[in-house]
Amino acid sequence: MSVGTVSSMPLEPQGSQVLAQDGNAMVLSMGPQHPSTHGVLQIMLEIEGESVVKAEPEIGYLHTGIEKSAENLFWTQAQTVIERMDYLAPESNSLCYALAVEKLLGITDRIPERAQQIRVIVAELTRIASHCVWLGTHGIDLGALSIFFYCFDLRENILDVQEAAGGARMHPNYVRIGGLQADLPDGHVERLDALLKKFPTRMRELRAILQKNPIWQDRTIDVGTVTPEQAVAWGLTGPALRASGIAYDVRKAFPYSGYENYKFDVPTRTEGDAYARFVVRLDEMEQSMRIVQQARDAMKAGPITIDDAKIAPPPKEAIALSMEALIHHFKVVSEGIRVPPGDVYQAIESPRGELGYYVVSDGNNKPFRVRTRPPSLYNLQALKGIAPGNLIADLVVMIGSLDPVFGEVDR
Amino acid sequence: MEIGPGQFFLAQLDDVARWAQSSSVWPLTMGLACCAIEMMSVTAPEYDIARLGSEVFRASPRQADLMIVSGRVAQKMGPIVKRLYDQMADPKWVISMGACASSGGIFDNYAIIQGVDTIIPVDVYVPGCPPTPDGLLHAVNLIQKQIREGGRGGILARA
Repeated sequence: MSVGTVSSMPLEPQGSQVLAQDGNAMVLSMGPQHPSTHGVLQIMLEIEGESVVKAEPEIGYLHTGIEKSAENLFWTQAQTVIERMDYLAPESNSLCYALAVEKLLGITDRIPERAQQIRVIVAELTRIASHCVWLGTHGIDLGALSIFFYCFDLRENILDVQEAAGGARMHPNYVRIGGLQADLPDGHVERLDALLKKFPTRMRELRAILQKNPIWQDRTIDVGTVTPEQAVAWGLTGPALRASGIAYDVRKAFPYSGYENYKFDVPTRTEGDAYARFVVRLDEMEQSMRIVQQARDAMKAGPITIDDAKIAPPPKEAIALSMEALIHHFKVVSEGIRVPPGDVYQAIESPRGELGYYVVSDGNNKPFRVRTRPPSLYNLQALKGIAPGNLIADLVVMIGSLDPVFGEVDR
Repeated sequence: MEIGPGQFFLAQLDDVARWAQSSSVWPLTMGLACCAIEMMSVTAPEYDIARLGSEVFRASPRQADLMIVSGRVAQKMGPIVKRLYDQMADPKWVISMGACASSGGIFDNYAIIQGVDTIIPVDVYVPGCPPTPDGLLHAVNLIQKQIREGGRGGILARA
């Protein structure tokens, strides 16, 4: 059997050289295949007995070259690879990228209202689904297995709604540059209503299982405490920052997609420990549902893509009837759209924090550069600061409560 | 044809062993990327892989029978996947889950190994990006069928 390119690579993880071994401390490699590192994180630990002296995260085990791949694809095609970065919240990625390109095109104000409302619904549902996966796996890490079943049941309900809209469970590529891929199917509002009706019960159950559970509190309170100063210095965003008492939310600070029209709170806690991050995320799920309800009520019939054949291909019905529409469709699909030269930074609030895209165009039909600011990478940095002095068992709590996604960290 | 007592007995026992083995294919807890989330979904209530006897995800490769390569294999992760496969005890099976693990998928670039079958042997490929949980369940079914119908496994067959 051919071993291919891998045979020439060193089998020893590179992280083992990071820590100098002296007499007393033992060096332990945790990961990259470890059930509670939430993916392919390797942490080189210097331990004395059970307590961690030093923790050195070693990343890159899922480096996919997404940013480079995006440079070789059309503007619209690049969205498919970009969506696979944060695979717990794919719609957040595509929404942020679409917003960035729309800003470059100068069409931000011309996106139809219905498209914006549907984008908000999709983005908020994906936030809840992402937090479901986080809570389920975080629970498993700490030995609270039953929460996993409740969370994944709720996630399945959300994915059913998302699949009905976008056509795929995980990577629907539903949000497109200039609007959406298609309008919502018949009966979608009823589907949403059923979910909205079920959600409060599910949420009560999630809280009942863990929030006042003494074992859960013992494991998470005062574990992995991040002070507000540290949180700002390390560049934390999202629930990890808000649990330390700083109410920064991109949806409020720099509204996009019409978030300024919705009433919602930004949940914060002041403790900054793993329990605070847990409560903030649970509160966030409820606020997300509040936004979904408002967007669902505000939705009116109307177009779902921008009326500009140079950016979004004309609808199928028009292609069958109009020669010009057919030509435009052919041009957009075979040549791609052209984006005026310039650079732009666009941030959104993804389930993990501030997700940003810095997109550069040289006027061509392919992006010149797509640089990501992945929230997980910055949140993960905190681990090195908060791990020393704690038990290895607490390290598992810390990783879980920071909620890193490695597709996004390594890209 | 005369059948010796030993022969007859052993052949039957092999069937029983294969039946038992096919009903307890324990996967290795190894999540790589997007597909790992769908791999978790099959253990959840809606899909419930426990019906096939494969809900026991083992964290140690020594205790696992099945490696589900769930997602893109980066060049840096390749040696680790190979080592984990080598550490698993025979007989062992591999499912290549999703387009990235099977062929590199949409990531035809410097960072991703173009198909995990270039480093370890694969028994079943599951198409999709990511495949639905049903797809993964079907793949486990195919592994079970392979064991029952006289592939690797059983007490007579060599791994």
